[in-house]
Amino acid sequence: MYRYDEYDQQIVDERVKQYRDQVRRRLSGELTEEEFLPLRLQNGLYMQIHAYMLRIAVPYGLISSKQMRMFAHIARKYDRGYGHFTTRQNIQFNWLKLEDTPDILADLAAVEMHAIQTSGNCVRNITSDEFAGVAQDEVVDPRPYAEILRQWSTFHPEFAYLPRKFKIAISGGKEDRAAVYAHDIGLSVTKNAQGEAGFRVLVGGGLGRTPIIGSEICEFVPWQHILTYVESILRIYNQYGRRDNKYKARIKILVKALGIDEFKRQVEADWADLKDGPGTLTSEEVNRVATFFTDPAYEKLTNHDSQLNEFKADSCSFSNWMQRNVKAHRVPGYAIVVLSLKKPGSVPGDTTAEQMEVIADLADRYSFGELRITHKQNLVLADVRQKDLIRLWQEATAQELTAPNIGLLTDMISCPGAEFCTLANARSIPLAQLIAERFEDWDFQHDIGEISLNISGCVNACGQHHIGNIGITGVEKKDHDEWYQVSLGGAEGNLSSIGKIIGPSFTFNQVPEVIDRLLQVYLRERLEAESFIDTVRRIGHVPFKEHVYATDFTVAEEEIADKHAVVPAQYSVPYYSPRF
Amino acid sequence: MIIKNKTIVADDWIVLRLNEQESAENVTVPEGKVIVPLPVWLQQRDALQQRAEIGVWLASAERPEDLKGDIHKFSVIAVDFPKFSDGRGYSIAYNLRARLGYTAELRAIGDVLRDQLFYMQRVGFDAFATRPDRNIEDALKGLTDFSEVYQTSFDQKLPLFRRVQRKGNLAADMVNE
Repeated sequence: MYRYDEYDQQIVDERVKQYRDQVRRRLSGELTEEEFLPLRLQNGLYMQIHAYMLRIAVPYGLISSKQMRMFAHIARKYDRGYGHFTTRQNIQFNWLKLEDTPDILADLAAVEMHAIQTSGNCVRNITSDEFAGVAQDEVVDPRPYAEILRQWSTFHPEFAYLPRKFKIAISGGKEDRAAVYAHDIGLSVTKNAQGEAGFRVLVGGGLGRTPIIGSEICEFVPWQHILTYVESILRIYNQYGRRDNKYKARIKILVKALGIDEFKRQVEADWADLKDGPGTLTSEEVNRVATFFTDPAYEKLTNHDSQLNEFKADSCSFSNWMQRNVKAHRVPGYAIVVLSLKKPGSVPGDTTAEQMEVIADLADRYSFGELRITHKQNLVLADVRQKDLIRLWQEATAQELTAPNIGLLTDMISCPGAEFCTLANARSIPLAQLIAERFEDWDFQHDIGEISLNISGCVNACGQHHIGNIGITGVEKKDHDEWYQVSLGGAEGNLSSIGKIIGPSFTFNQVPEVIDRLLQVYLRERLEAESFIDTVRRIGHVPFKEHVYATDFTVAEEEIADKHAVVPAQYSVPYYSPRF
Repeated sequence: MIIKNKTIVADDWIVLRLNEQESAENVTVPEGKVIVPLPVWLQQRDALQQRAEIGVWLASAERPEDLKGDIHKFSVIAVDFPKFSDGRGYSIAYNLRARLGYTAELRAIGDVLRDQLFYMQRVGFDAFATRPDRNIEDALKGLTDFSEVYQTSFDQKLPLFRRVQRKGNLAADMVNE
């Protein structure tokens, strides 16, 4: 993986120093909260309901075991012993004190990490394919370009105060695993007929209040020109993106307003001036960065392993795990292992310090000391020898990291929700837990097969509910009741689509029953080997909708004595969820 | 006092801001060194360009291209930041410098604070009228927050990868250290 040189280290160290002084000035009152706000946000620091939350950048989701151990250290020393992996392939700590944050950043800098631009109206952490470099369908390894874009966007002076946040994703496989259609800029690295690398550039995708699938602005930008092309997109956006209304400020609104053709014309007029200029990438630089992403020292192995097959026959749990959590690797004798952070009943993405340390050890022993964080809030050991799978499974099982549910119903994406976040209308995590309990049965989940269930506590869509096959959104309702909208038919990947709301919203306790009814329709209607989303696409929403609303819900509503304690309307006073 | 060329200097330019009753055509531009709003320049161009020294300022929604052809007439062009979080002024500055070839003083006015100065100087500002309620000596420190940058902008024509020899991953054993 990428290692800092003296320049990278110096920039990060100077950032820590700058930030330390900003915190000092805030604590002494020299900076008002209004002035400090964008400064702390550009360092990933949010003020949440209970405490400060720090979001640490994990560039394109790739970390070393050493960095994972540092997360464990931070969890223990400054937080409550755990961290939360996010859909942006980052980690968040939820219980911090402002005055500790400069020290945390100094600790991070010691392991080549930072929290730069993990929030705020700037270019955010670049995300990528969690299987980059090891996927069988990879056309071009996106990681060197992701790192080059990371450096280019770090402290870009012109684009630090954009109209709104700006997210870039990059993927290099035939199948999109980076949700490139749902980003402000989505890049797919590909090759032209001459075998030269370049980028299909999508722009104006995004979720939030106005979910939009990105439009293609250029079919093929040769690799040399990607930085200048992205620069021109950002310059047009910075100048013309709306700033009068926060909800209309994303680039997708500008692209829609101008139309993709006019937007492209403006971008390319700006770009004409930069093309072939000094910002053009050099093959020396791409090759230099690519030296950090060469193959580890793979052994010459074969795919056949009789021991594995025997053990699979003996152990149903292992067999389920092999089927769902182990993915094909492009090198014979190796496998990609997804460690599930979605054990039913647990909090999606949450990991304790102890688990982090064990995971770091597993990475050292079984996967060349590296890990990836997925946008579905799981962890990946990308280079495991197939002959180590049994031992790895046993050790990871002891830490509850082997729920065999990758891509299944309980592999839910969930935002932190109303217990943590000041934006949310409703709780997300307890709902994810309630759903996981209801559908805990592995045979049932495996029978349902591939499905995505994404939960957001509000329309801002941190839980990416629009692109879940089933999407759940906490919606605003009066009197502190929690209500959820359910949408159907969203998808990510090459066939990305935005889900449609099925009808009137539901109470917290009704949601699992709603999901059950949707699944009943699927089980009734599916053709052989047809996935949930394919059935939805074939038969449409109507049969699902009809069945869901056909009969009344008999779910007992739990009597909540003090609704304010569940979802407070305002957070001016410290608020403690019943969970803490 | 303003910051100019990285030092604190006295300043005698007046920034003319129109009040509600005034219009760009009718406002009387005072004598002396005045930085006028872009609409005033466009309306009163013939008279104003007779002056020995004149400046113009752009609001964040205005276009620097409107000054095309007139660029050399100004001793100072200012860009207003109505709020420090409004980042349009950065692209205005970049376009003035890099596209329109403006070489005289480029001044940031309005909500100009220490923590934005580093970025501002990178896109081409060389003068900063920092907010009067803040300590200007303190603001000066903002210009030196970082000693190295990755990407091109107006101040730095070459990206880091073209300026210095950066090392690749030479030592394979580094990977597993």
